[in-house]
Amino acid sequence: MSKNSTSGDSAAPQPIIKQGSQIIVDTLVEQGVEIIFGYLGGVVLPLFDKLYDAPIKFIIPRHEQGGCHMADGYARATGKVGVVVATSGPGATNLVTGLATAMMDSIPLVAITGQVRTDLIGNDAFQEADTTGITRPVTKHNVIVKDVRDLARTIREAFYIASSGRPGPVLIDIPVDMQIAECVHEPPSHVKLPGYKVRTKGHAKQIAMAAAAINVSKRPVVYAGGGVIISNASDELRKFAEKAHLPVTTTFLGLGAYDQNRPESLDMLGMHGSAYANYAVQESDLLIAVGSRFEDRVTGKLKTFASKAKIIHIDIDPASISKNVHVHIPVVGDAKAILSDLTKAVEYRDRTEWFDQIATWKEKYPFRYDDKGAEIKPQYVIEELCRLTKGEALIATGVGQHQMWAAQFYRYSHPRQFISSGGLGTMGFGLPAAIGAQLACPDATVIDIDGDSSFNMTLTELSTAVQYKLPIKICLLNNGYMGMVRQWQELFYGKRYSCSSLENPDFAKLADAFGAVGISVDKKEDVAAALEKMLAETGPCLVDFKVAREENVWPMVASGKSLHEMDGLDIFESMA
Amino acid sequence: MKHIISALVQNKPGVLAHVAGMFAARAFNIDSLAVGRTEDPELSRMTIVVIGDDRVVEQVRKQLAKIIPVVKVQDFAGKDVVAHDLLLLSVAATPEKRPEIVAVVEMFGAKVVDIGPKSVMVEICGPETKIEAFIDACRPYGIKDVVRTGTVAMGRQANIKVKIEK
Repeated sequence: MSKNSTSGDSAAPQPIIKQGSQIIVDTLVEQGVEIIFGYLGGVVLPLFDKLYDAPIKFIIPRHEQGGCHMADGYARATGKVGVVVATSGPGATNLVTGLATAMMDSIPLVAITGQVRTDLIGNDAFQEADTTGITRPVTKHNVIVKDVRDLARTIREAFYIASSGRPGPVLIDIPVDMQIAECVHEPPSHVKLPGYKVRTKGHAKQIAMAAAAINVSKRPVVYAGGGVIISNASDELRKFAEKAHLPVTTTFLGLGAYDQNRPESLDMLGMHGSAYANYAVQESDLLIAVGSRFEDRVTGKLKTFASKAKIIHIDIDPASISKNVHVHIPVVGDAKAILSDLTKAVEYRDRTEWFDQIATWKEKYPFRYDDKGAEIKPQYVIEELCRLTKGEALIATGVGQHQMWAAQFYRYSHPRQFISSGGLGTMGFGLPAAIGAQLACPDATVIDIDGDSSFNMTLTELSTAVQYKLPIKICLLNNGYMGMVRQWQELFYGKRYSCSSLENPDFAKLADAFGAVGISVDKKEDVAAALEKMLAETGPCLVDFKVAREENVWPMVASGKSLHEMDGLDIFESMA
Repeated sequence: MKHIISALVQNKPGVLAHVAGMFAARAFNIDSLAVGRTEDPELSRMTIVVIGDDRVVEQVRKQLAKIIPVVKVQDFAGKDVVAHDLLLLSVAATPEKRPEIVAVVEMFGAKVVDIGPKSVMVEICGPETKIEAFIDACRPYGIKDVVRTGTVAMGRQANIKVKIEK
């Protein structure tokens, strides 16, 4: 096409011819991308050359998995789409864990991977991998671009798909010759996705049915999940619970969706949830699930889960409804819109008797731990951290015991305050996710509460934190074990601690070597001072707490048990 | 129970892999799968026969609909449909046996499409029960090879635009 066409009328804009790599960068800017996490490689060099001049901040992780978790942490902290770039072959395969993590927790990501030249695809070329084939089950959608004219539209569609409906990661695989080829850069237009429909508003009849069920319920419980946070529906949830007078429990991923300091809060339910939340669900006559998916860690034994209750399920994903538990009143749509409509339709009911019952459970079974000994209890560290940060810090975690204690003993009041891998349970998520969250919220106090085993998996990203002068704090609860696995071995495998203990480096020295501040603490009386010192640091800082080695997470609903059959409550009673 | 599910999909690379991968990942059983173009070059039709109870099939339907290039999903269970398979079958047939076999072929409304010195190839189209009965009827003569398309189906009064390749 000629740039200097003289035949057309003067009102028609001149077509702009650009290289594919420039189209990628310009379309990312058009989509509002401010920050990209990514790692170079041979087949993304044309793209990186254009990024050199782009108004986009670029963060280089030390490993593509770290980059993907950073984009994830950024997305969880802001609700915006996180963007990660990697090269072909190993660069792309290193993203797989990060994509699967985001997929399970419905986090909006766009991953861009380089691919070998189109004429080499299928020939086992250097650093070639079937990226779309490998990542198909761990992405909401993926696509390989084989015509440079499809680039801009494909990127626009990727952002739309990633961020709408039930969000998730979308991967675009771009062969290097598509980055070099030129074409007209089409202006933004409507995306063309005939197979993709998003339902926002709930069906009026379903909402009326739900409201009627709520109005006659004597023992209702709201069970709110990560969907409430994704849909930015926390205010609507609070107004709904207030107006209809309902107790609210959240899932692990729903922590922060409902202010835990409010009297109606039942904290977290599930395998390591509060006894009062689990009892309330089991005794309820109406369970109102919002943006949650009845995962096995939440329900325990399905047959006996909330068996006295009628179930309302509000979710944007029709496939989540009646997948695990039969739902009586499904309402498909966006939690924010539905809760708002539902609030108008419900009436206040006096449920003093039900709240009194719950209060009795709350009083009898709060989260507890035995703090009489001289050892540092991990729960104590988190309680102190919560006290010193006034419950206002942004908390990221790895996966395992420390993650559950972070869920039980820190009190969350805002959505997007708690960043953790719930569905996939990805060890090593904490540090890179904290980095992404700190970049998203430069003024927030961002703390990675981590375990030694989780931290070991991605600790190389400490150097990323140092390079970009990110003041993240790492609160390492170091017990020298893969703690949760050890707990299961203690309880279910006759204390045979097969392969679950680790020989760790000196983490404080390691932090020093990376250029961060490292502190080591092995006395209980030093905990508060160390935390204060950590919080006062202006750069990245790690505190290695040598905690009680064989502490367990209680209460616990063992695998296959009913939700009300919690172990560890007798221990609670003995501590009372 | 067998369900016939009809999915209209965008005619794009990777769609079949996506659909097949989803079935494998979620442990759904595919009895048969037939794919062909439609009158619209941008769309293909997949007809999938699935075995499972109503809850499983509901999940299959929803999970299929969730795949981005899948445009529309229909479950034909309980609907009045024409559901046909196409079968090519090679059966041992010496010249002496041929008349007998041809009689069977005619009885079923099938058609001989190739004749060799030791076998004949037969084409038959129809509902699965008829196909199965035909295979059973040929068995005594010695079946050498069988190729089936899998079921394709169309609702009798369905307003879905679809054309099955003849």
